[in-house]
Amino acid sequence: MISLTHFLLVSALLFSTGLYAVLAKKNAILVLVGIELMINAAVLNLVAFGRYDGGLYGGQTFALFAIVLAAAAVAVALAIILNVYKHYKSINPDDINDLKD
Amino acid sequence: MSLNLLLFYLLAFTAVGSALLIVSMKNLVRSLFLFFVTLFAVAGLYVFALADFVAVTQVIVYVGGVLVLMLFAFMLSNKVLLSDLQSGVKGVFGMPSWQAGIIAISFFTMLLSVVWQVAINEPQWITEAKQQQLLIRYQDNTIHHLGINLMTRYVLPFEVVSVFLMMALMGAAHLARKENQEP
Repeated sequence: MISLTHFLLVSALLFSTGLYAVLAKKNAILVLVGIELMINAAVLNLVAFGRYDGGLYGGQTFALFAIVLAAAAVAVALAIILNVYKHYKSINPDDINDLKD
Repeated sequence: MSLNLLLFYLLAFTAVGSALLIVSMKNLVRSLFLFFVTLFAVAGLYVFALADFVAVTQVIVYVGGVLVLMLFAFMLSNKVLLSDLQSGVKGVFGMPSWQAGIIAISFFTMLLSVVWQVAINEPQWITEAKQQQLLIRYQDNTIHHLGINLMTRYVLPFEVVSVFLMMALMGAAHLARKENQEP
């Protein structure tokens, strides 16, 4: 059985890669991909810790919920990105800097 | 055991390596297709954590749904969406990528210290679970237990999530539709 430390190490790497994508990328779709990477790292942690919760399967159940919520988030975020593109003619997060007046 | 660990690290290397390639590539289409590789490798890692149903859900929901949605979204839209835009630094929060790299690396070291603490002194509930053999084992039928738990113990979050998902999808359809309300 692979111990918890290995899982935590891999998910820490994935999470910081996603964080870099969110902070550095100039394209909103890639920012979304970075958020998905971070969610995947979190789900990996849930699943790895969920092995020890005494047969309640809380970790795996909430990993399923997290995956479903991430799918909903992607659907809404893509719709928002398309609308933002229609309005600003750009999806660079740095260009989107004024509110509706 | 060592073969187990070798396969685990093969998958982990695939996942982390393709994630690093995603963030370093200039071409958006290539990085989206590389995201497939990352998601499959992470699904393999879920199998190593004895969560086979979660792994299958990951493949179905992410690879079948989310990624196809992403590919649709930018193939139906304009050419500007496809380019990795490089523009100058603007505003207070606009940062060049080296600052983001510093933040990501420092956050990684912080996470690494947490992992180190968990490795040195294990949380008490994990030690108790190991002593009482209350773990998920290889021979357990996880789908059976997951189904029963979803319908008994976790039925409230299950219903909340299902209503939320319906609302989110309706909202997404409302946001994405073409506006032609000429009276």
